[in-house]
Amino acid sequence: MKQVFSKPVSLKDVQTHFCPGCHHGSIHRLVAEAMDSFGIADKTIGCASVGCSVFLYGYFNIDVVESPHGRAPAVATGVKRARPDRIVFTYQGDGDLAAIGTSEIIHAANRGEKITVIFVNNTTYGMTGGQMAPTTMPGQKTSTSPNGRDVANDGKPFKMAELLSNLDGVAYSARVALNSPKNVLQAKKIIKNAFQYQVEGKGFAFIEALAACPTNWGMNPLAANERVGSEMIPYFPLGVFKNNENL
Amino acid sequence: MNALKRKFVKGNEAVAMAAIEAGVQCYFGYPITPQSDIPEYLSRELPKAGGTFIQVESEIGAINMVLGASACGVRAMTSSSGPGISLKQEGISYMAGSELPGVIVDIMRSGPGLGGIDASQADYHQATKGGGHGGYRIIVLAPNSGQEMYDLTMLAFDLSDQYRMPAMVLADSVLGQMKESIVPHPRPKADLPAKEWAVRGTGGGQQHVVKSLYLGDGEMEKFHWKMHARYQELADKESRWEAFATDDAELIVTAFGCTSRIARTAVEMARAEGIKVGLMRPITLFPFPKKAYAELSTRCKRWLTMELSTGQMVDDVRLSVARDAEVEFYGRPPGAGSLPTPEELFSQIKKFC
Repeated sequence: MKQVFSKPVSLKDVQTHFCPGCHHGSIHRLVAEAMDSFGIADKTIGCASVGCSVFLYGYFNIDVVESPHGRAPAVATGVKRARPDRIVFTYQGDGDLAAIGTSEIIHAANRGEKITVIFVNNTTYGMTGGQMAPTTMPGQKTSTSPNGRDVANDGKPFKMAELLSNLDGVAYSARVALNSPKNVLQAKKIIKNAFQYQVEGKGFAFIEALAACPTNWGMNPLAANERVGSEMIPYFPLGVFKNNENL
Repeated sequence: MNALKRKFVKGNEAVAMAAIEAGVQCYFGYPITPQSDIPEYLSRELPKAGGTFIQVESEIGAINMVLGASACGVRAMTSSSGPGISLKQEGISYMAGSELPGVIVDIMRSGPGLGGIDASQADYHQATKGGGHGGYRIIVLAPNSGQEMYDLTMLAFDLSDQYRMPAMVLADSVLGQMKESIVPHPRPKADLPAKEWAVRGTGGGQQHVVKSLYLGDGEMEKFHWKMHARYQELADKESRWEAFATDDAELIVTAFGCTSRIARTAVEMARAEGIKVGLMRPITLFPFPKKAYAELSTRCKRWLTMELSTGQMVDDVRLSVARDAEVEFYGRPPGAGSLPTPEELFSQIKKFC
């Protein structure tokens, strides 16, 4: 029988701890497929962050450094500067990257660090129990915005992919989603591009992946998946915002 | 560098020269008085030596870059002063939890808050008791001269690598800014363990993970007892101090850093008048040389601790000396105009003799 589909070799053969319907698993897989396509897993160093994404080392067959909350871009800078010939990526959630780690991401991007950043935006703090994130949608109820996010009090959600695309140091900035086969295929291509930029030494690449968090949204997996399309994508449009091969 | 040529340099420059000689590959820092000579020197000289210098957006970013570089097995360092060292405490805690080496230089200024830029020893507790969360210690070395700024910076890298924990050089603005003659000797040979734990990319082999998260039953407790044993080993093998004229002393003055230089002059003034006074200077503040204090105090029962604070090291002195020893304290809290004169300390010696 001809084998037409297999698990990426960059992923370990284990079950994840992620909740049913969570998109982290899909994003892990796409990142692993990108690593497989360049054959770089054995020279890749991942920088895990704090939250649901901290267990990177449990799922990827790569070396990993755990970073303090929000500091993965600084840790990755240290790693890449110490080992410029290695592939270095961070994998961060929205609270991590767009709240407590805003300074680190902006400056790593502005320096044009030759790293890849995978930013998982699920509009909430997952592991701590669904509190309001910097990307929580206007009106979205969370455990710390029980009446819905009030933009008069909390401001509007950050659009990180657009924001970072304005920095000269950024080579590639894009937003993807995992809510449909079409979007998954598009995400696969874009995540591969983001690693290709680093393989070719071109510069800082940023991927924002819109993700479902059914548990903290209080939805079943199907409804959560639908919310990505109906509520998130209209506010956080998909696309490539920066593609500067000349850096 | 001409290794044996004498040089007349600031203490801060001596630190930077030693770091390069020790093979530092990455320096990450942020400007703050009175330590900015260190990043200035390294921005100029480290790239020439093949290393990386980054002026980072914050002290938080800087210490986390040290964490990342150190996780790769290279020698990495940062430097700062009071307010910046406070910001670094998060990263230092993570490094301690991840058993990562790395050198942090604190050129103490007065505080709390913005304080001032004058010499201080009031960061003693922060440095020696584990300045961040979670319960840990780091190696703390206290130079008192330009030469020791050089020597102890080099030693900090070796001890840090050997014991897999961050090491701090704890100096102050007098030592950082004062110019003295030093001999920048080559790095002494050290038999250090290979960094087999470092992340390098698996190369198809075993996965390496540098982490401080322990969730399994008993894992975190086991980590703490392991580190506790390591701190004990450090105390047994690496405690360092300098004893001056203590053999027949009826009073022993004890001080570290720049205060020990002033105290030394005061002790010499007392000796010139026939007063039997000695000086005990801890060089390692963690591990604190407890045994040396305990032994000296079996004979000499009168002690006088001098610090540029309202009293911090004095706690460790009191915990280390024999129970029947009396420990007096004389302190000048840090700030403009508070550096004591030798005459002032001499008058304190006379008061307690």
